[in-house]
Amino acid sequence: MKKLILLSILTTLSFTIFSQQEKRAMPSVNVTDMEGGTVNTSEFNNDGKPMIVNFWATWCSPCKRELNNIADVYDDWVEETGVKLIAISIDDARNAGKVAPYVNGKGWEYEVYIDSNQDLKRALNVNNVPHTFLLNGKGEIVWQHNSYQEGDEDTLYEAVKALAAGKELKH
Amino acid sequence: MRLKGFRLLTIITALVLSNNLLAQSIDDVLNRGQVHGNFGMDMQYYQVDSLIGASETPDEDVLMNGFANFIYTNGSFSAGFRYESYMNALQGFPAQYKGNGIGYRFASYTNDDMTVTVGNYYEQFGNGLIFRTYEALGGLGYDNSMDGMRINYKLRDGLFVKGIIGTQRLYFEQGDGVLRGVDGELMVNDFFGGSLKNSKTKLTLGASFISKYQADQSSQYNLPENVGAYSGRFLLRHRKISFNGEYAYKINDPSADNGFIYKEGTAFYAETAYSTKGFGLTLSAKGNDNMSFRSDRAAGQQDLLINYLPALTRQHTYNLLATLYPYATQPNGEMAFQGELVYKLKKKSFLGGKYGTGILVNYSTIYNIDSTAVPTAENDSTRMGYTTNIFSVGDERYYDEINVEITKKFSKKLKGIFTYSNMVFNQAVIQGKNPKKYPDVYADIAVIDLTYKINKKNAIRTEIQGLFTQQDQQEWATILIEYSFSPHWFVAIMDQYNYGNTNKDVDGNFNERIHYYFASAGYVRGANRFQVGYGRQRAGIFCIGGICRTVPAANGLTLSITSSF
Repeated sequence: MKKLILLSILTTLSFTIFSQQEKRAMPSVNVTDMEGGTVNTSEFNNDGKPMIVNFWATWCSPCKRELNNIADVYDDWVEETGVKLIAISIDDARNAGKVAPYVNGKGWEYEVYIDSNQDLKRALNVNNVPHTFLLNGKGEIVWQHNSYQEGDEDTLYEAVKALAAGKELKH
Repeated sequence: MRLKGFRLLTIITALVLSNNLLAQSIDDVLNRGQVHGNFGMDMQYYQVDSLIGASETPDEDVLMNGFANFIYTNGSFSAGFRYESYMNALQGFPAQYKGNGIGYRFASYTNDDMTVTVGNYYEQFGNGLIFRTYEALGGLGYDNSMDGMRINYKLRDGLFVKGIIGTQRLYFEQGDGVLRGVDGELMVNDFFGGSLKNSKTKLTLGASFISKYQADQSSQYNLPENVGAYSGRFLLRHRKISFNGEYAYKINDPSADNGFIYKEGTAFYAETAYSTKGFGLTLSAKGNDNMSFRSDRAAGQQDLLINYLPALTRQHTYNLLATLYPYATQPNGEMAFQGELVYKLKKKSFLGGKYGTGILVNYSTIYNIDSTAVPTAENDSTRMGYTTNIFSVGDERYYDEINVEITKKFSKKLKGIFTYSNMVFNQAVIQGKNPKKYPDVYADIAVIDLTYKINKKNAIRTEIQGLFTQQDQQEWATILIEYSFSPHWFVAIMDQYNYGNTNKDVDGNFNERIHYYFASAGYVRGANRFQVGYGRQRAGIFCIGGICRTVPAANGLTLSITSSF
């Protein structure tokens, strides 16, 4: 009898442990939009298409190189895959006011938010900027990358195209 | 026997059923739960280096700072901790970071728009003029997190309230003072809804109050045990233009920072921004008087700061601009102004060229505030120290800088960023030096940053920087060459050289013309990053190898690893 109970508990547990874990989604954190409004990051969506979430700052030169380089090809990316780039600035009060003028001044067409208390950065365990996350159509984080070197945007875009075509990403 | 068999069958069925139900619920709970984290480590092998005053290497050859965060989330519940290790702390770090410990741990949940956090947390009210806790352990060893309780409550659309109570982190201990505070924010358009919701004019109002308690154990003074500070703020936006203002007031708060005077403190921040596609303009002003605010009145250095007074200057990342003469806010009194213009010359225009040209101009100027001393007895518990008006600009200049940055793409392969800066730096005030021996530094700085993309994966980036001044250590030059092989590898060499230094040793040699050479190489894969370096490196923000981070001074062999999952 005891053995039976033990056996059934073991099956239950192993079943629980080996069942597929859900993938990570955007945490629920409030960030500020370019108009000063509050947006919860768990509500980020792109109608079932891939999303790029990129952490940057006005004082981070590789971040700006990355986002400026992507800006040159962003129209093509959107047209070909429907991807949306969400740029999260971690600038604090010293520079937060310069974010919107910089974004507009550079003509970026991204969705931009400010995470000045770094709540989202902490929740996503980001060490340094730039840091990029790629989300699939279900809003699950399927890929991430720290730092930026010239040409990294091509690797990112390969991953975006694979996602848009419904393929699984090898991490 | 048959009956027994039936009973057994029933029990088994019941067990399987109940276990399945249990499994279902365990499944639900466990499968929604996730653990994520990140890790960072800096290790240095030190060399004796008398040239840069690093002759006092520690007794140990190798020092290491490291940490790892682990956060468990499950639905609306979240808990985590940060394990920190200083074996022993790197040179340049506060010595109180010693050994291993849990520097941060918390648990929180959200229910019906209310989030309760217990343990450590980071929070700020408004622009931070009276309250802001944050962490920059990696390069600076700075962490003034709260330990206590916090409530963030969205009462209804457009109305947010925060309440905090706790003490602040002081290395592996807690500061003496207890902080209690509330903040309310009203987004007028969302709150009243209706036609206001889609109005082109948006208004946000906010107010905060914070109070610290610290017992008076002074035999010399009669000190206030409860020190309150409050602030009010607004953000008004109409189409493409926005105004952001905050005013803060603190009652008398005698402290080591202000020489134990009983004067009140004030601060304000005002900013207006206008932007449209291809054009952005920001104008800001900030004044603060006697606004040093710590949860221990005897604290110094970077310890136990309650508030944040942003420096109204451009935050530089090029080596000579960022590490030699960086401005630091003077909490006891300053008046600062800043303007920044971002403009994009259109593609295919005469000046814009084929790809367009980016222009950024930033000007900042900072002065003392005018004040009149009020003489009183040394130990008098009513002495005000001085009188002033926060809006009155004094005649001592602390800092002044104009810089222009031009971003130009020449072809698909070649891009450049050209920066020129002209600055005045009051080293006596900002670095606490003797004004008779250390006059203001007038410096011209130029940076040429070129990136050549060899092909899809390979690129070379160079920085050539020069700093020209007749004061302080005279001329400097920096050369950086970085080669990257996307998406995994980079190597970089850099030399920062004080070639113009005129100091001589007893034999008449220019013994302070020092090279800060630094070679580094790195490997990145996904969210893991490894970097080794060798040489000398000054402390400050460094953007090498595709990331920006604040680094401690280095001398010898360094290894840095960061990772997140």
